[in-house]
Amino acid sequence: MTILAAPADAALKATGPGIRPRLRGTPGARAYGLGTITAVYLLWALVPVAITVLFSFNEGRSRSAWQGFSLRWYTWDPTGSVINDPAIRTALTHTVLLAVIATCITVPLGVLFALALDRWRGRIPAGANFIALITFVIPEIALAIGLLFMVTYLATPFGLGTWAQVIGLVTFQLAYPIVICRARLLTIGAHYEEAARDLGASAIGAVRRIILPMLFPAILVSSVLVFADVLDDFVLVRYLSSDASTETTSMRIYQTARAAPTPALNAMATIILVVSAAVIIVGWLIYRRWSRRQGENTDISSLANTL
Amino acid sequence: MGDPSTRLLWPILGLPTVFWILLFFIVPFYVVLCVSFGTVDPVFRSPIPIWNPLDWQFAQVQVVWDRLVGPNNFYLPAVLRTLVYVVVAVSACLLIAFPVAYFTARYAGRYRGLVLALLIAPFWISYMMRMLAWINLLQPDGLVNSIITLGGLVPLNINWLSGNPYTVVMGLIYGYVPYMLLPLFASLDRISPSLLEAARDLGASGFDLFRRVILPMSGPGVVAGTLLIALPMMGDYFTSDMLSKSPNTAMIGNLINLSIATPGQSGQAGALLILVLLVLLVPMIWYTRSNAKAEVRS
Repeated sequence: MTILAAPADAALKATGPGIRPRLRGTPGARAYGLGTITAVYLLWALVPVAITVLFSFNEGRSRSAWQGFSLRWYTWDPTGSVINDPAIRTALTHTVLLAVIATCITVPLGVLFALALDRWRGRIPAGANFIALITFVIPEIALAIGLLFMVTYLATPFGLGTWAQVIGLVTFQLAYPIVICRARLLTIGAHYEEAARDLGASAIGAVRRIILPMLFPAILVSSVLVFADVLDDFVLVRYLSSDASTETTSMRIYQTARAAPTPALNAMATIILVVSAAVIIVGWLIYRRWSRRQGENTDISSLANTL
Repeated sequence: MGDPSTRLLWPILGLPTVFWILLFFIVPFYVVLCVSFGTVDPVFRSPIPIWNPLDWQFAQVQVVWDRLVGPNNFYLPAVLRTLVYVVVAVSACLLIAFPVAYFTARYAGRYRGLVLALLIAPFWISYMMRMLAWINLLQPDGLVNSIITLGGLVPLNINWLSGNPYTVVMGLIYGYVPYMLLPLFASLDRISPSLLEAARDLGASGFDLFRRVILPMSGPGVVAGTLLIALPMMGDYFTSDMLSKSPNTAMIGNLINLSIATPGQSGQAGALLILVLLVLLVPMIWYTRSNAKAEVRS
């Protein structure tokens, strides 16, 4: 994340706190107070999660009294550990499976739509875009119930279960690739494509050989975002699941967290956390390599602007 | 660009998504309408959707409406509770997120990348795991109680996890504040430092600077962040389920979720959902429009 907004940093340093006339309280003092608030916030936000991870390594059954380090709840407990509890194993594999399938459908759909939206004017594409964007603020339960009713009362070719879950997730996540790719298309501009067309490329050729490669960072970022977000989804996957075989980790936590669970639940949550972190780190490394090779100073903080 | 194959290319690229949204967004909501304005089989208690809008019946909406404002209004407390929880939680999120986002945008200096990464971290930590973290901490023999009682010295046994509204509101704040932070950060980050400098030079005090420059300029970020967390919170049922599981802290989302699970009440759940969506429709459309416009401008 160090590539974040380097120019803004430089500007901050040039005009930064300390050189302006003292009017009411030094800016340094205010930053100190703000810094404390930020530090306290980060502790509050992250320490509980860190404790949850820590207790997944607890030797005993308690989730609040430390009884020594062990991998018991990951590996060797004969019935309760992640490896030996089939329900936890199923939840983990199903969660990752959903994330992979949903990402593989969402990103191509979103990228193609973003490309189309650049040129295809009219009410139909604008309306579809509007609906895709509304998923940012619509309560998730609304879409979940809609799809549940649709599967229940219409003769859909798919029933509740994996495919219903995938369909719900894709619909809910489409906005990410659309927004991110459109932002990138706007910065690319039209001239590369026009140049390619002048040199004799067909429209499809220009998209395939000029625009798609330049869209790479947007495609990468939206894939990572969609993948990580699907891993965490709860409302849609729960409403659209069929039975124990389509249970995800978030559903497992919801169902057992209040019923005297063992640290194996913490272990399962930790594994998903690690998967999510790994995908983000790998995505970021690829992104960094790409932008170095292109000599581009691409700004991740533009992501913050899209929300 | 005049040849027909080029003109057709863009609609062809876009059509799959248009169909997807039609099939899996528009159709589902139409089915919700048909179920809610349909009838219920008197024997099997299963909903019978009515597909023709001209034949729609309003019995189930009437039932829900009576429970909201009629003499037997047992939905009303949950609705009012939801409003109070959301207002308190969103205000608290603003109070937390504003200084944090402002510090990150302006004063974090060389720690900026690190602070931003940490602010984003809760995004990819699952919501359920974050609730699990608090369930672990707030158990009767959990860390929070042992700190408050100084390890059992003070005879104080606070029951955090069954029907405690403070816990639920805290959970909402904890769960949603990251989504408030990002748009706020983005809008504060756009304020040019030289602008603040100019205000200072013209004699603005620290408070003036905040009230007359920073606050107005961060307005869009504040509104976006507020809507981004307030609207999804209106349908939240899992925070209350995880941290309380008591009807004393039930929110609108819990009413809907419980109706879905009760045989014969699907239509009522749908009707309640439609009423909620009707209320939220204007802010949802407003947010989405301004979002789409901002995208085109940038």
